[in-house]
Amino acid sequence: MPKDHGIGASQKRREDVRFLTGRGRYTDDINLPGQAHACFVRSQVAHGRLNGVDTAAAAAMPGVIRVFTGADFEGVGGLPCGWQVTDRHGQPMQEPGHPVLAQGKVRHVGDPIAVVVAETFEQARDAAEMVDVDITELDPVIDMKAALADGAPKVHDDLSSNLCYDWGFVEDNRAAVDEAIRNAHHVTTLELVNNRLVPNAMEPRVAVGDYNFATDDSTLYTTSQNPHVIRLLMGAFVLGIPEHKLRVVAPDVGGGFGSKIFHYAEEAFCTFAAKQLRRPVKWTCQRSESFITDAHGRDHVTKIELALDKEGHFQAIRTETYANMGAYLSTFAPSVPTWLHGTLMAGNYKTPLIYVNVKAVFTNTVPVDAYRGAGRPEATFQLERVIDKAAREMGIDPVEIRRRNFITEFPYATPVAVEYDTGDYHATLDKLLEIADVAGFDKRRAESAKRGKLRGLGLNCYIEACGIAPSQLVGQLGARAGLYESATVRVNATGGLVVMTGSHSHGQGHETSFAQVVADMIGIDENMVEIVHGDTANTPMGMGTYGSRSLAVGGSAMVRATEKIIAKAKKIAAHLMEASPDDIELKDGRFSVAGTDKSVAWGDVTLAAYVPHNYPLEEIEPGLEETAFYDPSNFTYPAGAYACEVEVDPDTGKVTICSFAAADDFGNIVNPMIVDGQVHGGLGQGIGQALLEGAAYDESGQLLTGSYMDYAMPRAGDLPSFTIDHSCQTPCTHNPLGVKGCGEAGAIGSPPAVVNAVVDALQRAGHSNVTHIDMPLTPSRVWAAMQG
Amino acid sequence: MTKVSMTVNGKPVSGEVEGRTLLVQFLREGQGLTGTHVGCDTSQCGACVVHVDGKAVKSCTIFAAEAEGAEVTTIEGMANPDGSLSTIQQAFQDHHGLQCGFCTPGMVMSAAALLAENPKPTEAEIRDYLEGNICRCTGYHNIVKAILAASGQDVAVAAE
Ligand code: FES
Ligand code: FES
Repeated sequence: MPKDHGIGASQKRREDVRFLTGRGRYTDDINLPGQAHACFVRSQVAHGRLNGVDTAAAAAMPGVIRVFTGADFEGVGGLPCGWQVTDRHGQPMQEPGHPVLAQGKVRHVGDPIAVVVAETFEQARDAAEMVDVDITELDPVIDMKAALADGAPKVHDDLSSNLCYDWGFVEDNRAAVDEAIRNAHHVTTLELVNNRLVPNAMEPRVAVGDYNFATDDSTLYTTSQNPHVIRLLMGAFVLGIPEHKLRVVAPDVGGGFGSKIFHYAEEAFCTFAAKQLRRPVKWTCQRSESFITDAHGRDHVTKIELALDKEGHFQAIRTETYANMGAYLSTFAPSVPTWLHGTLMAGNYKTPLIYVNVKAVFTNTVPVDAYRGAGRPEATFQLERVIDKAAREMGIDPVEIRRRNFITEFPYATPVAVEYDTGDYHATLDKLLEIADVAGFDKRRAESAKRGKLRGLGLNCYIEACGIAPSQLVGQLGARAGLYESATVRVNATGGLVVMTGSHSHGQGHETSFAQVVADMIGIDENMVEIVHGDTANTPMGMGTYGSRSLAVGGSAMVRATEKIIAKAKKIAAHLMEASPDDIELKDGRFSVAGTDKSVAWGDVTLAAYVPHNYPLEEIEPGLEETAFYDPSNFTYPAGAYACEVEVDPDTGKVTICSFAAADDFGNIVNPMIVDGQVHGGLGQGIGQALLEGAAYDESGQLLTGSYMDYAMPRAGDLPSFTIDHSCQTPCTHNPLGVKGCGEAGAIGSPPAVVNAVVDALQRAGHSNVTHIDMPLTPSRVWAAMQG
Repeated sequence: MTKVSMTVNGKPVSGEVEGRTLLVQFLREGQGLTGTHVGCDTSQCGACVVHVDGKAVKSCTIFAAEAEGAEVTTIEGMANPDGSLSTIQQAFQDHHGLQCGFCTPGMVMSAAALLAENPKPTEAEIRDYLEGNICRCTGYHNIVKAILAASGQDVAVAAE
């Protein structure tokens, strides 16, 4: 019987009513009295020396209030990077400056040079075309390996080269890994590309800066997954505004997937300009602008080697990856190919020796940073592809080779510095084989063959590290921030609650699922709980939503705060019933004295807290409001197994996804409906990456895929309905909810299943030389693979 | 500037617009109807779909002046007269057909137009019809399910 309320119930989302009736409030819906509009003048070349910017003609255009250039930002800080990676030799990464507006050079198409602020957006845009930019074009570096060649043009003149860092992990394992690979019975090698993606949250970024000169308060409304992080980064490092004079508000956010974690130049600009001009300044990103300004994702070029013994047991893994940073270090960019990628290279398997080398490279392209999965899709893809290739080379069934190597005892310390707390990889794989009806594949394949189509089956496992992150651990790894989460639970006199959280929803339904958790703990109706988020003025300092962390970390903070509330409420109840607090039980919103029929309602206690006429004032304070900060002791490790069936058209190379099945272990689940939806969305992203999406630059650094005309977003017709299951549950052992996180799983786990399926289809059709095709698997690539 | 008049969600409205003012700008900025969204600048995402004289139209592709005299319906006009969610809106909520909500107004308006044309579409017909509406959150699974449900069909046929 499915639950109808509380933890485990598929509650309909309360936020939906406003979204379905056009009453959502997104940042672009905010218009402040007296607001001016900003339009950015951006570099149209990938690399150039900026000789001068002539703003006179633009300034004379109708409606123009002021034209800003880099000169206006000379005394202003640059955009900070939040993570410092230490290289193989113990040296800090090379960390270039990142000005709000270009200073002396432009480094990618889209780099901001000047901004026109005018009475209307149209006026600002018209005037922006009149800004005269004098640039001497320089040779760009686009390809990562070319960027590292001797004598390559430098993206940053003040750095020694375009190498940000050369990271080895675990450096001490290197010699042992080399030796294991040298002596192995069999080594499977695979070179592959993890294609660059453009995040494309459907809501483009927006920033509205406001300034109150009477109080010297600044406010920024922005499309952010983490308003507190923006307040801290922008206030402390860029504009020099202390937190108590700066408020950051992120109202409804229309998707983010990572791209709205980072602090962007436009946010700092609007806040800065509002103060300069003493009027609100609004910027709304155009989609074609977001393609060249939102941080991109992935873009790794990797060689992986897997050493096996003769039974197919994994002996060692060695990888070498080139990771594109783009032209500047975006907020968390250095952490993605390192700590979010290297630490996952063990996957679900007990490989004793692993060595990961990552060279992070500056190029004249848009900065690359965390995007749905962030490092973990890259790890999973190479590992699960090389395993498939090894299985084929050694004549072992791809399911069997995985089973033979599964980690089965927990906790399990991997050779790449993380400890998996719990899991059951056989269980999710068994479940997958069942829901995907793998047994019926041959029949379906024969049926496809009758229609002249090549059918293939691909499957893979995945593991991810979520619930980001233990602060002390990530501090040792180079994070410059803590990664706890916070919650304040405010109980009102008549019993309703307001929960203020530092995490923030950008589509995940926190207002619904968080209320389920708190209401369940107290035993009251969920409608008595309101969730407040997205505004630094009324939420405790928290780190926001990414890395599938909101329930695991933010939810845990909420549990802790609610526990404090319950503990205090029990003392009040004990006083009201003249009993000992130790004897008080709370069930279904009533406090009772154990072993008696005495009880008081939740509302009696909350009222007493605020009307403390009969109240233990000598022992406890009036009121009922508690805050908790929760710092996890470990990551969480969601895991699962995915299967994809495809049909390939032998004449055109077109791939059709026939079915996709996902069996995930997310530990405990608060709202199964929302979890299903998160998996669906992740699968959409992963299949999109595998078949359709890819940001392409030409040699001159122009983004060829700069709009929806050229960048293939997955549409409804590109995807099947999915078969998913999350009944395998090994609850997380170290957070109070036993939850693991689910938002990224689909994007992490699905690309290898798709590619494995296409390779399988071609192999079965006799194309035995096709062992890999790089994503996206466009018809032309698949067709070409079949020709040769 | 020219004056334009039309009926929006049953109410006569008018305003001064530039020749280049798009219908979506007129609705969002002129009328404060911010439920209609702008997700792209190449007329491909469908976040801006409204009904103009009963037909689904991307309101970023027509000028406000072209809607002179038209009957326009936006997402704000889709609920039942008593304010409750209409069948399609309710189906989106019941089947979790939305996450961030940004594509949702366009999805609902497209779905309504589809069901007006084809009251019992198949899953394939729904997927085909939504060609011009991009969603980054849902993988479309539950959007398709919601539209099937809104058409009164058994959603169990769509995989869970
Ligand atoms: S805004 Fe109209 S189609 Fe994208
Ligand atoms: S629900 Fe977010 S884009 Fe569709």
